[in-house]
Amino acid sequence: MGGSSSVPVVPPGGKKRGLLRRNGVAAAFLAPAALLLGVWIVYPAIYTLIRSFFDRDGGTFVGIDNYVELFSDDTLLTAIRNNAIWVGVVPALVTAIGLIFAVLTERVRWSVAFKTAVFMPMAISAFAAGVIWRVTLEQDPERGPVNAVIASVKDVISPPGVLPRARPSTPELEGSIKTGFVLKTPVKTGGTAALGLTAIPPKQVPEDSKPAAQPEPRAGTVGGVVWRDFSPGGGEKGVVEEGEDGLPGVTVELRDPGGKVVSTTETEPDGAFRFEKVGDGEYRVGIAQQTFAQPFNGVGWLGQKLIVPSLLIAYIWIWAGFAMVVIAAGLAAVPRDVMEAARTDGATEWQVFRRVTVPLLAPVLSVVFITMVINVLKVFDIVLSLAPGSVQDDATVIAVSMWRTSFGGVNDFGLGSAIAVFLFVLVVPVIMLNVKRFRAEEG
Amino acid sequence: MTYRPRWTLLLCSLLLSLAMTVSACGGGDGDKGAGNADPGADKTAAPAASDVSGEVSITAVWSGPEQEAFEAVLEGFKKSNPGVTTSYNSGGDQLVTVLSTAVEGGNPPDLAVLAQPGLAQDFAKKGALKPIDYASDALTENFAEDWIKLGNFDGKQYGVPFKGANKSTVWHNVQAFEDAGIEPAATFDEFLENAATLKESGVPAFSIAGADGWTLTDLFENLYLRMAGPEKYDQLAKHEIPWTDESVKQTLTEMGKVFADEENIAGGNRGALQVDFPKSVSQVFSESPKAAIVIEGDFVAGVIADSTKAKPGEGYDVSPFPAVGDSSENTVVGGGDMVVAFSDTPAVQALVKYLATAEAAEIWAKRGGFASPNKNLDPSVYPDDITRKTASALAEAEVFRFDMSDLAPADFGGTPGRGEWKILQDFLRDSKDIAGTTKALEKAAAKAFKS
Repeated sequence: MGGSSSVPVVPPGGKKRGLLRRNGVAAAFLAPAALLLGVWIVYPAIYTLIRSFFDRDGGTFVGIDNYVELFSDDTLLTAIRNNAIWVGVVPALVTAIGLIFAVLTERVRWSVAFKTAVFMPMAISAFAAGVIWRVTLEQDPERGPVNAVIASVKDVISPPGVLPRARPSTPELEGSIKTGFVLKTPVKTGGTAALGLTAIPPKQVPEDSKPAAQPEPRAGTVGGVVWRDFSPGGGEKGVVEEGEDGLPGVTVELRDPGGKVVSTTETEPDGAFRFEKVGDGEYRVGIAQQTFAQPFNGVGWLGQKLIVPSLLIAYIWIWAGFAMVVIAAGLAAVPRDVMEAARTDGATEWQVFRRVTVPLLAPVLSVVFITMVINVLKVFDIVLSLAPGSVQDDATVIAVSMWRTSFGGVNDFGLGSAIAVFLFVLVVPVIMLNVKRFRAEEG
Repeated sequence: MTYRPRWTLLLCSLLLSLAMTVSACGGGDGDKGAGNADPGADKTAAPAASDVSGEVSITAVWSGPEQEAFEAVLEGFKKSNPGVTTSYNSGGDQLVTVLSTAVEGGNPPDLAVLAQPGLAQDFAKKGALKPIDYASDALTENFAEDWIKLGNFDGKQYGVPFKGANKSTVWHNVQAFEDAGIEPAATFDEFLENAATLKESGVPAFSIAGADGWTLTDLFENLYLRMAGPEKYDQLAKHEIPWTDESVKQTLTEMGKVFADEENIAGGNRGALQVDFPKSVSQVFSESPKAAIVIEGDFVAGVIADSTKAKPGEGYDVSPFPAVGDSSENTVVGGGDMVVAFSDTPAVQALVKYLATAEAAEIWAKRGGFASPNKNLDPSVYPDDITRKTASALAEAEVFRFDMSDLAPADFGGTPGRGEWKILQDFLRDSKDIAGTTKALEKAAAKAFKS
């Protein structure tokens, strides 16, 4: 340490010497901190400001070009807009949730356990939290727990069909998976219908399936077959061929020429079906829509549209515990007699909370709020780890843009420095506010 | 671009950058001193390679098994140069960041292995790289002219090709092809017909790693080289013709045919955007495959071996990327990792020369997951038929071109969520707007090539 050697060996006596000695000691104590601050904070800050007026390689002075670019580049504008959403949503919600948890945990029995659980996310890094949430929010219900829960509920309410992926093998079957598919050509009583489906994996053909057979026409009935109209290489479409499997358990509808369903039946193991005792006339035969009901495919939490809300939720999950602990500490210091007095005067619990507790907690709440505003302006790691590459541009925030512009492949240190300066300018007023408040409290 | 598992690597690179900061403030001088050794001692040590001593630090993308393999190569070097110590650091997914930061900070490693000649050129322009003309004999002896040229900027040699990648390969699930009754396609039209048949057989044809933009640029380049030809390919790579050129539109139209049918892509177009490269491979070769075909380079084999139980031949197989129109059958788009030097101590020079030899390539080739551009390497050292197939296709290619996006400035061709990667991801999401896509590509390219 350079400072320690400069501490003078003090000769006895003298007021001036005492002062000198005091200053020397102060300097000795301050020197390490001042040195570190200078090297790690002051010098880089000044250099960043200067660098922001130069181009990518640092050789040419470009004036405010980088700042113009900052406000004209689409990605950077998205970053600024996203940061505004973060500032608008997160500090308020974190403070509110923290307050609710703090007030409620005062009254529950397992408050320590509850507080520990809520505070736990603070113990892991935001980067790790991002990874955890990324896995949790995977779209595929087989991989992402959140979608798995939604899927298990949704599949009970509307169970998936027998053959959700199946499609008609020929244009002869018209319709869509939402309405079911109906044969274009009407069938007369005593005739048969061939309903071919493809896009069925061999493994999804039901186990009790038998090779498909075209049923014989029989008077007074309408018969037919539903089968997997595919043999290796493709096969001839619309014709039952050797080796093609019947599809059991498919719901077949008999419709009158107006399209109204007059009768339904299910197919046999060889895919055959028959409507008995059908009156004379023309009918249309089709496969009911429930056969194709889609299984739940998962909510695209990590997709373009929901990535920002997903990030906000994850971030609030991390910081709610912090807010709760700080506010609970403030709550413990609130004089109980004021609340008791309010209750004695006939105030309801809500009134006590609204008119007494919250105003008394105001200083603590504003500390939490301001801390969160600063945190949120600088938010970085969770965005990088939670948002997949394909949506990073939609999820980006100022700090992430700064990093990506400077280091993440663009390697434009000039523009990167300009973004850093812009971010600094945004944070400064909030910090000033905080400092001012601290001063007011001390004075 | 080779495959890198993401999270572990991102963590590693964070730790690495931390370590670099620490060493930068700790004892940068000490490191340098050891690397340069004593100038007086150098004069006597330099002529006999085996007496060279010093330290060499190397940074590359490889981690895990690839890192072990590369360290085995370094061991081979140390056998004949016992006086040299080497230290390898994996930059992983963030290699570009790690290196750019180190170069900007004036503290780069002695050697780096780069997959992007464009990045090497950037560094050369900045004066950060040291020419390696001392290795020119070793280069002409071991490599074809095209490969040597990749590391030559402004008439000076800066790079030694070390590892090659054949990106003109198509991998398929053998069982799915049997179920559908089809054979690998020789032409692109057959390829699309096969895709339709696969869909009818009940399995979507394509698995697309939309989350990793580089897989999409690779597909584009394979089609472009075959449709527009090598001359146009070179021009587009240097941005001498604009991305709004008719040839780009035609290629995107064909590429759009792969993306057109949502039901023929595992997870649909939007779902595919969240599929990263490892998953795009594993979902084709898992027990219940979600798709039948994945179009990517020879490094797919490594992922199959790591994350599935599929066996070569029975479970998975590979075929060359189909010809389009009258394109030559042996057309290969490839990648390659190139060794560049940030310092030129005798130890560094010795190692650079060593890495250019067939002897060095053989060490890794035997272990698998490696294709060498070294023409003196005996193909029989490759561990299996599939590697031999893809590696010799690389060596025997009639038309060979380096991955275009890796030649472009990193801002355009090598950054997640930006430039070509991002625009082709948008194209995967909605493949109808071809004119808009070419305009966006041209805008991003113009900006990146300007600076």
